[in-house]
Amino acid sequence: MSDYNFAYLDEQTKRMIRRAILKGVAIPGYQVPFASREMPMPYGWGTGGVQVTAACLTPDDVLKVIDQGADDTTNAVSIRRFFQKTAGVEVTEATAEATIIQTRHRIPETPLTEGQILVYQVPIPEPLRFLEPRETETRRMHELEEYGLMHVKLYEDIARHGTIATSYDYPVRVEGRYVMDPSPIPKFDNPKLSGNPALQLFGAGREQRIYALPPYTQVVSLDFEDHPFVASKAEHDCDLCGASDSYLDEVITDDQGNRMFVCSDTDYCRTRRAAGLVGRLGGEAA
Amino acid sequence: MYVAVKGGERAIDNAHAWLAEVRRGDRDVPELTVAQIREQMTLAVNRVMAEGSLYDPDLAALAIKQARGDLIEAIFLVRAYRTTLPRLGSSAPVETGAMAVTRRISATFKDLPGGQILGPTFDYTHRLIDFALAAEGADAAEPAMPAVDKVEEVPHVMEFLNKDGLIQSELQEGAQVPDLTREPMELPASRPLRLQALARSDEGFLLSLAYSTQRGYGRTHAFVGELRIGTVAVEMEVPELGFPVEIGEIELTECETVNQFTGSKTEPAQFTRGYGLVLGQSERKAISMSLVDRALRWRELGEDFSGAPAQDEEFVLMHADNIQATGFLEHIKLPHYVDFQAELELIRKLRRETEPSDLAAEEQP
Amino acid sequence: MNARIFYENSETSQEFRCAERPLLAVRGLTKRYGERIGCAEVSFNLWPGEVLGIVGESGSGKSTLLSCLAGHLAPDEGEVVFATAEGPRDTVTMSEAERRRLARTDWAFVHQNPRDGLRMGVSAGGNVGERLMAVGARNYGAIRGRALDWLERVEIAADRIDDRPRAFSGGMQQRLQIARNLVTGPRLVFMDEPTGGLDVSVQARLLDLLRGLVREMGLSVIIVTHDLAVVRLLADRLMVMKGGRVVEQGLTDQVLDDPRHAYTQLLVSSVLQV
Ligand SMILES: Nc1ncnc2c1ncn2[C@@H]1O[C@H](COP(=O)(O)OP(=O)(O)OP(=O)(O)O)[C@@H](O)[C@H]1O
Ligand SMILES: [Mg+2]
Repeated sequence: MSDYNFAYLDEQTKRMIRRAILKGVAIPGYQVPFASREMPMPYGWGTGGVQVTAACLTPDDVLKVIDQGADDTTNAVSIRRFFQKTAGVEVTEATAEATIIQTRHRIPETPLTEGQILVYQVPIPEPLRFLEPRETETRRMHELEEYGLMHVKLYEDIARHGTIATSYDYPVRVEGRYVMDPSPIPKFDNPKLSGNPALQLFGAGREQRIYALPPYTQVVSLDFEDHPFVASKAEHDCDLCGASDSYLDEVITDDQGNRMFVCSDTDYCRTRRAAGLVGRLGGEAA
Repeated sequence: MYVAVKGGERAIDNAHAWLAEVRRGDRDVPELTVAQIREQMTLAVNRVMAEGSLYDPDLAALAIKQARGDLIEAIFLVRAYRTTLPRLGSSAPVETGAMAVTRRISATFKDLPGGQILGPTFDYTHRLIDFALAAEGADAAEPAMPAVDKVEEVPHVMEFLNKDGLIQSELQEGAQVPDLTREPMELPASRPLRLQALARSDEGFLLSLAYSTQRGYGRTHAFVGELRIGTVAVEMEVPELGFPVEIGEIELTECETVNQFTGSKTEPAQFTRGYGLVLGQSERKAISMSLVDRALRWRELGEDFSGAPAQDEEFVLMHADNIQATGFLEHIKLPHYVDFQAELELIRKLRRETEPSDLAAEEQP
Repeated sequence: MNARIFYENSETSQEFRCAERPLLAVRGLTKRYGERIGCAEVSFNLWPGEVLGIVGESGSGKSTLLSCLAGHLAPDEGEVVFATAEGPRDTVTMSEAERRRLARTDWAFVHQNPRDGLRMGVSAGGNVGERLMAVGARNYGAIRGRALDWLERVEIAADRIDDRPRAFSGGMQQRLQIARNLVTGPRLVFMDEPTGGLDVSVQARLLDLLRGLVREMGLSVIIVTHDLAVVRLLADRLMVMKGGRVVEQGLTDQVLDDPRHAYTQLLVSSVLQV
């Protein structure tokens, strides 16, 4: 791969992407069209995030890549390797040490800090897409702030299920203006979007859109006054580290229906265990 | 007891090694060469060039080899490579009227200047498996290639109609043609942008759409005015020289359809056109493209939108690219367990809230 | 200002006598379909609280006119000046964005076919609640309460609130569409044959309902119909169209009881004979 430019993309393309990012930062939550390039990984597998990361990377950066909160899932490994090969940057699994974190489906548990960049991989950037399939129409709806339909969907949820039946990819409103798709993170992560000291960038390769939340942007999850948004998770503690505040994966441990709950954020869990914190089954597993 | 799964790295390495092994197949069978693929699988090579949007038979053949014959995978390889190439400039529009044709047919005129040239076509073959081909090395007896008169420049059929004003003139839409691979797709799209997207879109998708127009979903009453395959010169303007220089030749398939007419009391009736142009020899795709192009022109030609998929620009353009489609389709096999967990919690909560006693009974058989 | 003087003598003028300006002032509105005329040189004023009926035979341009007034079709000539909260504005020349804002706040449109005016995949409650949510209602209980209230007003049983319109009869669908449109108290309501396509007995019930709502809410309405019974019951004033042009207009009772134009005479007599 030595024939390729630093971080794979040529400088002109990076400049084009940076312009889109800057525009996104200037208009928080607004989807900026950009000329997404064909990447050597499939559309839908993080091409948008990879392009945003490539445009942001400098040789001094320390990169962390997670998928489902874990550093070791195959797609995270594949993307991390891609940047190791094409940019030769230092990589880490420690959230606090990373300067750029590319993620699919999670926001790390360890609070982010100023100067960090969190890059989300986004499959469908348009929060109105499943209410209105036409791009020409949804762009107009954003332009005119015609968001009534979004609440109609939430209303229908409550009318049918008694509660808002959206558990991930939960729509938000940014600074009282644009309704935004936070990518398919669990709604447990939604509160971390708001007032975050880190710069949050969202890249959708196939759909050719970039959008952004500058540091400390106000982000509100859509809801009703009498059916407020609740960031929920499994009602357990992590069985390995005992954390009660982290998002959990449910793991089926045998064919008797036994299961355990473990942090989806592997770095968070490992750090806690290293500090001597132990969960229900932590002793056995160690 | 439970240990969090580690080993993504090793799993990936193993998968790659295994893939390399099955790609090679039985080692007692000689390895395919890229040249063999290029020379003997030309239509596959052509499809990869057309949908990969890169005219390079050697590279396409290599991609087919690497992809184990999966053409969409091969197209993907070519596309990913193409992105990294520098843009040195753009060629002058190729002159298909000056094409050195190997095949040229018209369904609208029995005979015409330049004649009908069947060329190397499957059209009138009987589709019987030729077991003689299984006997390898039997091609020593070369089939006699018929002597073909060197064809001089063959005029476009459409120009005959155009002279009499019977068919719409194509508009010159100005100098700057948008580049789909450099700018985000904007809808509604101009016709040049649409044609560009169609030229690289999936053959199967276009075929089905075109077929649907023939069956009444956006009918346009198409005749193949002319289908031509052959090579054209590619010329580039070099600023220092001030005149265009030929930089090579490419093979193209071009199809122009004659379709139902427009007209009103004030404007005389005229046939309308659909256009298809594809890299390499790919006439199924070129014909499909011209039918879909024509169906998409309903607004400009003052026709009704009948709700047919082939008339729906956004539907067609947003779903025609097989690399986008296959990537997104296949991404659902990536882990989604965070989202699934969220759904699991939700569904448990909903079940707890409705008829708790019934469910409790159900869960303890 | 002939029209106004005219009104001040009429019985229904109380509510709008005080209005300084017409709610809608239409001048020289023309729409052609190629060679064919859709409607031509239509001018009139609509005053607040007034119900204007537009009648005429099939193809006379009623729907075309209504579509131009409501901004669904771009007219070729003329102006449609609406008294917005910020003063009179020509809706023909205003931006698409502004027009759509009007359409979801000050205006309402009741289509002849309820399928065009309802979200068929959304429950009755959601259909009624949409306009409320579009203008910022964020309390589920309150939205649902308003929806229930409106379902009752249009005589749809409360236990149907979570059903989708697909499960409703044609008459119910039309009543639901009316509820959905009126829930935010629009200042101007356009209706295109709201009783068309319905059974006669269902029509009568719907008409009763509409008349009640119009009186109660003091609605300003432009209603297109080819049914003179509908206008007699609802409209304060009447406009008769033929071949895309307005051939006669005036107070409903006057026009119907003493038609001047030959075509209106024919229209009235043909109805009376039935
Ligand atoms: N989209 C269109 N294209 C061409 N002509 C049209 C179109 N819509 C309407 N027209 C023509 O315009 C004229 C007025 O039609 P319009 O639909 O406004 O009549 P209408 O009074 O509403 O009739 P009806 O009572 O049958 O609904 C008719 O001659 C009609 O054929
Ligand atoms: Mg009509």
